Amino acid sequence: MNTQTAPLLSARGLTKHFAIKGGIFAREVHRIHAVDGVSFDIAAGETLGLVGESGCGKSTTGRCILRLIEPSSGEVWFQGRDVTKLDADALRGLRRDMQIIFQDPFASLNPRHTVGGIIGEALIIHGLSRTRAELDDRVVQLLETVGLQPDHRHRFPHEFSGGQRQRIGIARALAVEPKLIICDEPVSALDVSIQAQVINLLEDLQEKFGLTYLFIAHDLSVVEHISDRVAVMYLGRVVEIAPSRELYDNPRHPYTEALLSAVPIPDPLVKRKRIVLQGDVPNPIRPPTGCRFHTRCPIAEARCSQEVPELEQSSDGHWVACHLRR
Amino acid sequence: MTEALLEIKDLKTWFKTDDGMVRAVDGVSMTIARGETLAVVGESGCGKTVTARSVLKLIDMPPGRFEAGQIVWRGRDLIPLPAADMDKIRAREIAMVFQEPMTSLNPVYTVGDQIAESLRTHHGLSRKESIDGAVEMLKLVQIPNAERRVHDYPHQFSGGMRQRVVIAIALACKPQLLIADEPTTALDVTIQAQILELLGDMKAKFGMAIMLITHAMGVVAENAQRVVVMYAGKVVEEAPVEELFGNPRHPYTQGLIRSIPRVDARTRGHARLEQIPGTVPSLLNPPAGCRFANRCRFATDPCRDSEPPLRQVAPNHKVACIL
Ligand SMILES: Nc1ncnc2c1ncn2[C@@H]1O[C@H](COP(=O)(O)OP(=O)(O)OP(=O)(O)O)[C@@H](O)[C@H]1O
Ligand code: SF4
Ligand code: SF4
Ligand SMILES: [Mg+2]
Repeated sequence: MNTQTAPLLSARGLTKHFAIKGGIFAREVHRIHAVDGVSFDIAAGETLGLVGESGCGKSTTGRCILRLIEPSSGEVWFQGRDVTKLDADALRGLRRDMQIIFQDPFASLNPRHTVGGIIGEALIIHGLSRTRAELDDRVVQLLETVGLQPDHRHRFPHEFSGGQRQRIGIARALAVEPKLIICDEPVSALDVSIQAQVINLLEDLQEKFGLTYLFIAHDLSVVEHISDRVAVMYLGRVVEIAPSRELYDNPRHPYTEALLSAVPIPDPLVKRKRIVLQGDVPNPIRPPTGCRFHTRCPIAEARCSQEVPELEQSSDGHWVACHLRR
Repeated sequence: MTEALLEIKDLKTWFKTDDGMVRAVDGVSMTIARGETLAVVGESGCGKTVTARSVLKLIDMPPGRFEAGQIVWRGRDLIPLPAADMDKIRAREIAMVFQEPMTSLNPVYTVGDQIAESLRTHHGLSRKESIDGAVEMLKLVQIPNAERRVHDYPHQFSGGMRQRVVIAIALACKPQLLIADEPTTALDVTIQAQILELLGDMKAKFGMAIMLITHAMGVVAENAQRVVVMYAGKVVEEAPVEELFGNPRHPYTQGLIRSIPRVDARTRGHARLEQIPGTVPSLLNPPAGCRFANRCRFATDPCRDSEPPLRQVAPNHKVACIL
């Protein structure tokens, strides 16, 4: 997992179990293993993609890093400090450096605040603008940075289209000049023609401000396009990490292989061999023993249901968690 | 082209709202031949679902109304057809599968009962026969342990399995046309692959035509024979699938195809995506002339003056653009 320079962020053994309570005494009756020992590094200026199907734990991972959700165990190292150990004050400071943008831009914007108020809020919290005029200038500048008009700051979120709302969410994240932005399905709710606008904007901003992204999405085409490296998750675990190109040219884990082959290619002349996986993703309350993919894996062997495969390096920068594919 | 099964002619389905008239479907024409898969593709709000629901007359009226046009099903216009006749067509000839499978399932009946009911009404089977038939249908759509699962309720199935159940119910009447409105949009990509494969198998088995509504160009490319591209309540292009992807003629279609990132080799690396600027116009007061003009880089004055008609530019290839 080593990158050339010291990583900006390192997750080590990140784990989140959600307790499901029930009965009259609200005892814990189930435990969902949402994230189970996830480790990865992100270098400064890099985009790490995190892909997997619904419920695999990718959004929970993103939220644990920011401590919007408290991790059950594990470490998150960011600029020499373990985020999981920070007190409330230090955490507030950290949020200047780490921001998040969400899938549903509407749900994440306060409907009663003007766009100017939404973008300016963080500037006020962190004391980044000394006067009203300074605040206003900064908001205008941020709106222009994300391709919106200065007079948009007086309007309310419902007056904007989905793509524009996502731009507002991006402007809000940029306001505090963060180092890292966690992008949680930022284009999934957008139409195809608007997706491209937002993806291009994120790429431009990265270049301009030297941003680092953790880009969480279920759409592999989008992830491969924007990411330098990609981590694939299945049922709470990372099963493979590799540079984007390498992962798509040479997938090692049987799950990655199936996932890639399932992506429809928008070209009727391209005919590929599809690996259609049998069955559904198992219930995370009772995840399969051993390799969690063994119930659907086309090449599973006896030991796959007993021994947990560790994430190991198979070639330079290419990590795989599989007993048979190294 | 072989005999048209369905022919939609200049259909206008509008909605009366507090803000004014929403011209959701505004002069749409398309045909589906027996046994073919026609994809209808376009962005959110362009009128795909309203078109599909119009065919089955599932539009609430009011607020909706058929402003103009015909929906000719096997030689007969459905618009003036009495409700009782329409019920028969919905039950026996045209079936529909929706994006969210729960909308077409009744949560308080077992899936077996729901399939059995469909079998009884269509084929006049007895109770016992129809339950056996339901098990057969569940097997056909590859639901494991069909004998046991036939007694389960919809909520006991996963999203992908539910969509299989819905497909089983739809196919129970052996329809000649299956309208599938975003049948895989709510599903994960590996489950989407399963469902699309299933639809392909079922089509091979039953020979029905499919109207596949989707916003995903990849799904279009891999599943359709012909494609209709819609934009803001209108058809802007229609062509066989290879032709549409190989030689898209409408600037909107071109933009759509170029703006999607692809996992396969040809567009590797951080090559910038082509983007279509701006957003879709409102259907409340759609602009005069070409509805794409405010986003089109080739737009000239004539584009804004009058609406470009859908015209033939090659065999089976129609485009609504003055270029
Ligand atoms: N009952 C209604 N009253 C008013 N407007 C309606 C009604 N139903 C649909 N519309 C409008 O008609 C237009 C077309 O909607 P439609 O649902 O057909 O789009 P679509 O292409 O299926 O989009 P999506 O991809 O989001 O499913 C939209 O502008 C929609 O808001
Ligand atoms: S460890 Fe076994 S079950 Fe898991 S992916 Fe590898 S081969 Fe398949
Ligand atoms: S008619 Fe004009 S505006 Fe419309 S798509 Fe063609 S060139 Fe563009
Ligand atoms: Mg729709």
